[in-house]
Amino acid sequence: MSAIFVWIESHEGAALPTSWEALGAGLRLAPAAGSEVVACVFGANAGEIAQEAAGYGATSALICEDETLTDFRLEPYAALLSQLVQERQPRAVMAVASSRGRELLAASAADCGSGLFTEVLELAADGDDLHVIRPVYAGKLWMEGKLSGPSPFVLLRGRSFPAQPFDSSASLTAERVEAVLDEAEIATKVESFTAAQGRINLGDAAIIVSGGRGMANNPEAAPADAGDETIWKAQHGFEHTIRPLAKVLGAAVGASRAAVDAGYIPYAHQVGQTGRVVSPDLYIACGISGAIQHQAGMRSSKIIVAINKDAEAPIFKLAKYGIVGDLYEVLPVVTETLKQKLGK
Amino acid sequence: MHILLMTRGTPDTAARVVVDDSGAVSWGDAATVVNPWDEYSLEEGIRQAEQTDGQTTVLALGGELHLDALKHSLAMGVQNAILVDDEQLDARDSLAYARAAAAAVQQLADIDLIILGKESVDVGTDQHNVQLARLLGWPMLSYVSRILAIDEAAKTIRVERMLEQGLQTVRSRLPAVISVMKDINEPRYPSFMGIRRAARADIPRWSLADLGLASQESPAEVLEYRDLPGGDVSTEILAGSIAEQAEQLVARLLEEKVL
Repeated sequence: MSAIFVWIESHEGAALPTSWEALGAGLRLAPAAGSEVVACVFGANAGEIAQEAAGYGATSALICEDETLTDFRLEPYAALLSQLVQERQPRAVMAVASSRGRELLAASAADCGSGLFTEVLELAADGDDLHVIRPVYAGKLWMEGKLSGPSPFVLLRGRSFPAQPFDSSASLTAERVEAVLDEAEIATKVESFTAAQGRINLGDAAIIVSGGRGMANNPEAAPADAGDETIWKAQHGFEHTIRPLAKVLGAAVGASRAAVDAGYIPYAHQVGQTGRVVSPDLYIACGISGAIQHQAGMRSSKIIVAINKDAEAPIFKLAKYGIVGDLYEVLPVVTETLKQKLGK
Repeated sequence: MHILLMTRGTPDTAARVVVDDSGAVSWGDAATVVNPWDEYSLEEGIRQAEQTDGQTTVLALGGELHLDALKHSLAMGVQNAILVDDEQLDARDSLAYARAAAAAVQQLADIDLIILGKESVDVGTDQHNVQLARLLGWPMLSYVSRILAIDEAAKTIRVERMLEQGLQTVRSRLPAVISVMKDINEPRYPSFMGIRRAARADIPRWSLADLGLASQESPAEVLEYRDLPGGDVSTEILAGSIAEQAEQLVARLLEEKVL
């Protein structure tokens, strides 16, 4: 039986839950493709992660725990994946389009001369080919594409394919494989890593609360030593008005380009054409007018809520629920109401 | 040090992009601009060349569409520009694009560092960046938020990379390919002198045949472009006092099962 390879992404010895979405997508494709789903697990703790992958539907696993693979590095990971693909000719190779997933599959597809599409939203087998739907032009259009030839590669948009429910009794056939590169053959050396403190990753977040230019309308007076008064007000607003709501919801904090460019919040929070493209279950846009370039980054969110003073703001055209009002008056009340209803 | 940059012409950030009657992608009268991510890589290339007394060359692959992006790059201060002039490349997959780019790099022969924008907004991916590095056999450092050091004598580079879980500091040998994030710098506006110089520049054109490449089948192809589905969002504006609006909002979100 042919195989669908799914790369299971891990960080510091633990699988990233988005990987189970990729297994879910593989399992949905498997019957039409006449394939089984093989988890490819590299790095620290790969054996245990493979057992977890069994619970999410993988029926076999290729495991490599070589020391060169402890931190994700493109060269040793791609060399190994490419060798496995070339030896075993899987029906397809899949992963979630995270930073690492994008690097790994792009490199390995180049090694194998295979076709690749990124940020795939829908996937289907058509005879020997695969058909995909994906966004292009910064999410302003979709395209339908075809992958043909041996072992096509697919990078899935996160949060677009459901994971299969976990079955703790499931097991799989594991096979250990050898790394391809020695440390001496690897040109990149990781010197240090600083984990992002207490931040929820925008890409993984089920809920995102975002602030825009309207954050500057904070009615609180800036202290005399605040430097730029507008920036202080907006930063203070992100910290004391947006963040408490995000905390109650277990949400990540996002921002529009206008807010980032004005210095209200670091770039890591930017949602949009030159920031992160996100598709959470719930996106709450506060004081964001909804420029096309921002829409491009969030319009595929399942439910969009807009809170804005300007009833004519374009963001209301995307929103399922809207409140026309001052975010600094509305959000604290929403936060309190949620605390009561959610019992927090 | 010789730094290679690449760019593309893409629709203006604020443009409405639609599929026209013939099935082609159109942005009407809106401007074609430098791919927004490339502004940061162009700026970084110019700065690094200034610091190392090096030179910069910018490359675009595809049709006439990309000529203005090359001129913008020259106007910003990049020294040389080349167009690999083949319209077919605009319709081909990332591997065909990366193969042509790799051939151009080999033709140039003395490139030490390639600096690229994080992704291209038209194709919505960065896979061609990684594939270029891979075809050259060079290390790829993507999502770079800061270049910490370049040691020309030792042929090494140290960078800080912005990953989902945090910041990573990595050292690599040169030549290498890096892609940079928006955070890395504040791109300059072209100067008046720069714009005049760019307007007069005669940009060399290379064909795929010049690079020793034949046309080839692509394993990934576009079947059709589509306008986004939807337009079926009916917005409910919540009425009443702020307390009532908040109550309704929470009730709706509980009904939607998104909390």
